[in-house]
Amino acid sequence: MTTNFVIEGLKASIEGKEILKGINLKMKGGEIHAIMGPNGTGKSTLASALMGHPKYEVTAGSVLLNDEEVLEMAVDERARSGLFLGMQYPSEISGVTNSDFLRSAINARREEGSEISLIRFIRQMEAKMKELDMNPEFLHRYLNEGFSGGEKKRNEILQMMMLDPKIVILDEIDSGLDIDALKIVANGVNAMRSEDRGFLIITHYQRLLDYVKPDFVHVMMQGRIVKSGGPELAQRLEAEGYDWVKEELGIEDETVGQA
Amino acid sequence: MAKKSPELEEYKYGFRDEHESIFKTGKGLTPEIVREISRIKDEPEWMLEFRLKALEQFEKMPMPNFGGNMDDLDFNEIQYFVRASDKQGKTWEEVPSEIKETFDKLGIPEAEQKFLAGVSAQYESEVVYHSMQKDLEDQGVIFMDMDTALREHPEIVKEYISTVIPTTDNKFSALNSAVWSGGSFIYVPKGVKCELPLQAYFRINSENMGQFERTLIIADEDSHVHYVEGCTAPVYSTNSLHSAVVEIICKKNARVRYTTIQNWAPNIYNLVTKRAVAEENATMEWVDGNIGSKLTMKYPSVVLKGRGAKGMVLSIAIAGKGQHQDAGAKMIHLAPDTTSTIVSKSISKHGGKVTYRGLASFGRQAEGAKSNIKCDTLILDNESTSDTIPYNEIMNDNITLEHEATVSKVSEDQLFYLMSRGLTDAEATQMIVMGFIEPFTKELPMEYAVEMNRLIKFEMEGSIG
Repeated sequence: MTTNFVIEGLKASIEGKEILKGINLKMKGGEIHAIMGPNGTGKSTLASALMGHPKYEVTAGSVLLNDEEVLEMAVDERARSGLFLGMQYPSEISGVTNSDFLRSAINARREEGSEISLIRFIRQMEAKMKELDMNPEFLHRYLNEGFSGGEKKRNEILQMMMLDPKIVILDEIDSGLDIDALKIVANGVNAMRSEDRGFLIITHYQRLLDYVKPDFVHVMMQGRIVKSGGPELAQRLEAEGYDWVKEELGIEDETVGQA
Repeated sequence: MAKKSPELEEYKYGFRDEHESIFKTGKGLTPEIVREISRIKDEPEWMLEFRLKALEQFEKMPMPNFGGNMDDLDFNEIQYFVRASDKQGKTWEEVPSEIKETFDKLGIPEAEQKFLAGVSAQYESEVVYHSMQKDLEDQGVIFMDMDTALREHPEIVKEYISTVIPTTDNKFSALNSAVWSGGSFIYVPKGVKCELPLQAYFRINSENMGQFERTLIIADEDSHVHYVEGCTAPVYSTNSLHSAVVEIICKKNARVRYTTIQNWAPNIYNLVTKRAVAEENATMEWVDGNIGSKLTMKYPSVVLKGRGAKGMVLSIAIAGKGQHQDAGAKMIHLAPDTTSTIVSKSISKHGGKVTYRGLASFGRQAEGAKSNIKCDTLILDNESTSDTIPYNEIMNDNITLEHEATVSKVSEDQLFYLMSRGLTDAEATQMIVMGFIEPFTKELPMEYAVEMNRLIKFEMEGSIG
C-alpha cells in the first residue's frame, strides 16, 4: 500500500499566538516535497506541530497518515505509526548510549518477545554508520552529548535509516553542515528514497536540493503555503531570492510576527 | 495527551514467607535483653561488657540534631534480636527450603553462586548460608559473618572493633554496639588481591525487627578487595529500624571498594554509620545506592590518615512518596597529598525529599590535599524537593577544594525527542533517569547493574501523570 499523508487546514499557536494559519499539503509515498521560505515564516513550527511537540497547540485542521488522524495520537504513537522528524536541534541525553537508545526505539515498534537481536542490531547500525561516514565509536557515545552540529545531523539521519519511517520530516537538516557533510546527509536521504516513503524537507537554502532532487517545492510565508511548484521554483528562489514572490503576492512582511 | 498511569508505590518485594524463627527477644531494650543476646551467642565476657557499656552510652546520648524526622521511631517497639534457624547451613542443600524460596523470589539464581567468590546471606539477623571458594581460603582470606568471626578469630575482632567508629560516635552507633548481630567480617592478608567481589545478600523479615549488623573489613598492606552487599526488605505496617555499623581499615597501599545497594520498604528507618580509615597510599571507595526507606541517614566517610591516601564516594539516592533520603559523604584529610572525590546523584519524585549533606575537612597536616565534589539532583515533579548542605573545614592554606552542584528537571524537549522516536512517556523518563545515574550503575558488578536497572524501572513506573 502506498503511503498517503494529507494535511488540511492545520492551524497551531504557541502561548496563544497563532503561527500556522491553515496549512494544506498532500504527499504520497515516493515523493519528495521541499518547504522553503525565509526565517520566521512558520516552517519549523510546522515540523514540530506535525510531530506533536507539547509547546504548540493545534487549534484546527487534520493530519491523516494513511487515513488515520495523527493529531489524536501522542508523540510516541505518531512515531510508531511511521512519522519521523529529523530535528534542527536534537536534545542531548547524558548517560544513554546511542546504541541503547536506538535499540529501544526499534524495539518500541516490535511486539514483546520479538525484539531485535543484539548482533543483528549492531550489524545494521554499523553498516548504516559506515554509509554516513560516522566513526564506529558513536555507537557507544552518549546520545548527542558533545556532538558537533554536523555529527548531530548525521545522527538524525542514522536514526531515520534505522527506524524505517513512512513519512520523514527533516527540519533544516542542512544547517551547519559543510559541503562534504551535506553530500553525505543527502546520500543518506537518497538511499532511503522508496515508493512507500515520503519526504518533507524544510530548508531555506537551495543547496541541499542540488543533491536531493525534490518533486515539489512549496514556499511558506506568514504561516501559510503561498506558492507551490516543481524543482524549477527552488532554482529561481536561489537565483532571485524571495522578493519577487512577495511582490507577486502583495506581501510586505513575510513573517508571522505581526499577527 | 499524557496517559494516566496508576499510582504505584507499593513495594515489589513486600512478600513474606512463613519461616518460623527459632528464637526471638521480646520488644524493647533492657540490660537483660543485651545479656540474653550475648548468652545465646555464647560470647566472650569482654563482648558482653562492650555491649552493656554501649547500652549505657546509648541511653545517655541525645538523638541527632540534624537530618530527618524521627518522631515516629519508638525504641520500645523494636525487637532487637531474632535468630532465624538453629544452625548455619554449610552447603546449599542444608539451607531451609523457605529461605531458598525467599531467595528465589528475590531472583538470586543459584547458578550465579558459581561466579561469586563467597556468598554469605544474612537472614533474620544471622547468617544462614555461607560458602567460600577454596582458592580464597588458600590465600588466607577470612570471609565470614561477624558472630562466627567472634568465635573463631576473637583476637582480630577485639583488636579492631570500634577503632574506626567509637561506640559513642552517635546514638545509633551506640545502639548497634549494644545489640549487634550478624554482618560480615573480612580479613585480607598482606599482598593478597581478591579478583572477584565478595558478596552478601540479606534481608529483614520479621515485623518490628531491627537489624543491627556489624561489618568489619581489614585489608592488610598491599591487598585488594571488593565487597558487595544488596538488600531488599518486605513491607510491614509498623516502623522498622535498620542501624548498621561498617568499619573498614585500609592499610598501606591497600585498596578496598565497598558496594551497597539498599532497597528498603517505605516504612524503614535506615540509620547507618559507615567509615573507613585509609593509611599511606591506600584507596577506599564507597559505592552506595539508597532506594526506598522512610528515612535514610547515611554518610559514608573516609579518614585519609596516611600520605597520598585516596577516598571516593559515589552515591545515588532516590526518594519517592513520603520518603526522605538524607545522604552524603565525609572526607577527612589528615595527611599531605591526600585526595578525595565525591559524586552524589539524587532523584526525588512524588513529593519525596533528598538532602545531600557532606563534609570536606582538611587538617593542619593536609598540605597539598585535593577534594572534588559533584552533587547532581534530578527532580521529577513539582511536589518533590532537594537540598544541598555542604560543610567545609579548612585548617591548611595549601589545599584544593572544588564543589559543583546542579539541580535539574526532566526537560520537555528531552522527553519530546525520545518520544518522537517511539518511546512512551514512561520509557523516555526512565531512560533519562537511567542516564542520569549511569555514572553509578557503570561501577556496579554486572548482576547488580541488572538488578539496579530493574529496581529503577519499577521505581519509575507510575512517576508520570
